Amino acid sequence: MARAPVSEEILKEKFGPHLNYKPPGGWNDESVHPAEKLVKTHCCFCGQQCGIQLKVRENRVIGFEPWEEFPFNRGMLCPKGVKRYLQGNHPDRLLAPLMRSDQGFSPASWDEALSFAVSRMREVQDKYGKDAIAVYGGASLSTEKSYLLGKFARVALGTRHIDYNGRLCMVSAGTAYKLAFGVDRSPIPWSQIPKAEVLFVIGANIGDCAPITTDYIWRCRDNGGKLIVADPRMTPITRNADLYLPLRPGTDLVLLMGMLHVIFRDGLVDREFISQYTTGFEAVAESVKEWDLRKVAEMTGVPPESIEKAARWIGRSKRAIMMHARGLEHQSKGVENCLAVLNIALATGNVGREGAGPTMITGQGNGQGGREHGQKCDQLPGQRSLADPAAREYVAGVWGIKPEELPQPGYSAQEIMNAIHSGEIKGLLSICFNPLVSLPDANFTREALSKLEFFGVIDFFLSETAHHADVVLAGSLQEEEDGLACSAEGRVIHWQKSIDPPGDARRDSDIIIDLAHRLGRGQFFPFKNPADIFEELRVASRGGVADYYGITYERVDKQMGIFWPCPSLDHPGTPRLFVDNKFYTHDGRAHFNVTEWRPSGDPINEEYPLLLTTGRVVSQYLSGTQTRPNNIRSKTETGSR
Amino acid sequence: MFGYEFYVDPSRCIGCRSCLQACEECATHRGKSMINFDFIERKESISSAAYVCWHCDEPTCAQVCPADAIKKGEDGIVHSSLKPRCIACNNCVLACPFGIPKMMIPEQQMMKCDMCYDRTSIGKRPMCATVCPSQALSYVRPEEIAYRREKPTNIFYFGSQKITTKVYMMAPAEREAIALDVVDYMWEENHDLVATRE
Repeated sequence: MARAPVSEEILKEKFGPHLNYKPPGGWNDESVHPAEKLVKTHCCFCGQQCGIQLKVRENRVIGFEPWEEFPFNRGMLCPKGVKRYLQGNHPDRLLAPLMRSDQGFSPASWDEALSFAVSRMREVQDKYGKDAIAVYGGASLSTEKSYLLGKFARVALGTRHIDYNGRLCMVSAGTAYKLAFGVDRSPIPWSQIPKAEVLFVIGANIGDCAPITTDYIWRCRDNGGKLIVADPRMTPITRNADLYLPLRPGTDLVLLMGMLHVIFRDGLVDREFISQYTTGFEAVAESVKEWDLRKVAEMTGVPPESIEKAARWIGRSKRAIMMHARGLEHQSKGVENCLAVLNIALATGNVGREGAGPTMITGQGNGQGGREHGQKCDQLPGQRSLADPAAREYVAGVWGIKPEELPQPGYSAQEIMNAIHSGEIKGLLSICFNPLVSLPDANFTREALSKLEFFGVIDFFLSETAHHADVVLAGSLQEEEDGLACSAEGRVIHWQKSIDPPGDARRDSDIIIDLAHRLGRGQFFPFKNPADIFEELRVASRGGVADYYGITYERVDKQMGIFWPCPSLDHPGTPRLFVDNKFYTHDGRAHFNVTEWRPSGDPINEEYPLLLTTGRVVSQYLSGTQTRPNNIRSKTETGSR
Repeated sequence: MFGYEFYVDPSRCIGCRSCLQACEECATHRGKSMINFDFIERKESISSAAYVCWHCDEPTCAQVCPADAIKKGEDGIVHSSLKPRCIACNNCVLACPFGIPKMMIPEQQMMKCDMCYDRTSIGKRPMCATVCPSQALSYVRPEEIAYRREKPTNIFYFGSQKITTKVYMMAPAEREAIALDVVDYMWEENHDLVATRE
């Protein structure tokens, strides 16, 4: 029974989160004991993946120095990035595996903890079948770890059920881009943003969630660009918006269809582009006819003249960029919302050309790379489909198994939790995911976790979810293992190993590989280092949409990042997609998709009389497991004037 | 210094406080942030402004110091008070028209932004302006600032006091100087809340 062994209060007292503001040794230690080396790597937090140099001494990260040569952020960092170096020496850091006991959690040896985990997983699978174990992953893992986890679930455990925390994040955007363009990646690198004439930002609190992007937007305005912001909340970038559309929460789709209505009504469409390179235009044009300005204004609360102005600015512009993020995507209509943005981009021809295009602002550190190589429930490496027989045959060949041994697509993240609650899934191995905080309805999740017959967690802090574990395997931080990641731009970058995991903590990949060996599947996991995993990943992704075959660690370091697809070692990478108006769909064309309005699944009624919306703050990241211990917010408030 | 100048543009500030966090990483005042940061509670407004010491050509703080503890270097940088001289009288704190000096009670010393002297004196950029995600704080060459919508000025009027500074403020292109008079912002009975002379 995976209930917390002792009270939350006792666990929090022992394992945190405790606040910690000071570098190891105190503020003045560095002047006595300076750094031995500077390691050029990246921030461990969001999808911007800013370059940073970590100061390292005696296997400890003691500070940072801006990395001004890295082209994306040129030294810029948000407050999370400035303080990210505090994580490794945090007093709450898990330094050894933990086994639950009646008194709470006690340190154990690796052999004890791993033997226990493996014997319990075997018991569950013997009793209930292979699919009775599920695996949760996350998009703060390196691309190598994400790939390894997908292979581990399917080859070592043989379960259908693996999914990741990106499911709660922006999978809806990825789905929309796959429907419209056949590829799940931002079509443009950020260097395009200052070139736009019009920036349309919807559902993206850039100032708080992607702070470095702010400078790109301000530079666009310096160049004469206009900024349109659509958001129920006035977020920081709104201060310089040329047009603000204060829509009611959840009415994004109506606003977007209203804008498309104006674009069609006023003839602001790019007919040549539409006829040559797209399909499905007529059906979309027909479908938005009903969304006239009055109706849209009444539903969204946005003045009709503002809607008209936004549509005309975009429609008349040769270079419009539409940026969206979780505000648009975290909705029951997330896919439709994104499709509506893409319809506007396609209708106005703002795709493929310089300074134009839609883009999603990927949120998690490796939100892009983590969703490309097989830790999703329906996916194989290279953004291949697990249901595609050719893809199954190719990847099975790379892995040295028969295609029929590959499990079929399994449940997505919330469906896994539902199946745990209903008793269908009995065991769970979770890494880089804090579902008790991040899934909706924490009481339901807590109930589900308490029904598990085996629950193993790999983490470096004891998260709320880990309170319910039978065994906690002390894993590694981003800087404790080599690996690649892919930023919001589609730029593949290199997380340089700066230090070894402290104490008895181990590299995440070593833990997973060790588990695979103990499960008797060692011959499929002969990896000694992340580089070995990447060599296999390159081949496994070859020929897929997200083709990494031409990427090597050395090339990434030399070029300061490579944009995929990069199919061969002499290929320069692909910063901008669709420049030749060729799309990754089966017919090579971009697809319009009809979107249908439906009301919210949680309407206002007597029991729930308030309409609330969520928002984020710059000082926290994801479920806060990593940022609450260095709570920047309370610190800065006492530090301000 | 080294061809760089410091530019402050509050209209770019997103209130992220990266500057506050980075400032305390600077070696001349480890653990103490010298950024001046103004904000209004987010639920009321998204307004915020971060700024550093303006490093006046004729620093008021130094002029009013009875202990002669505040010194300006030949490079134009106005430093924290000299610890052996400072009597923690607060004169500088009260007199500075920009509200920059900070009285550190435990240390009994006035401390302030020294533009990351350990960094800028050897050609590196100061912490705050290097990390600032919106470049509301910028430390760049003049030609790099020229393309912006707003234009730099370093002339301020506070009432009848004219101040010229090392650090530039970005202002609307037509403004040559920034003029403020406290009287403009004082409340009078027949006005709503704040009144301006316009």
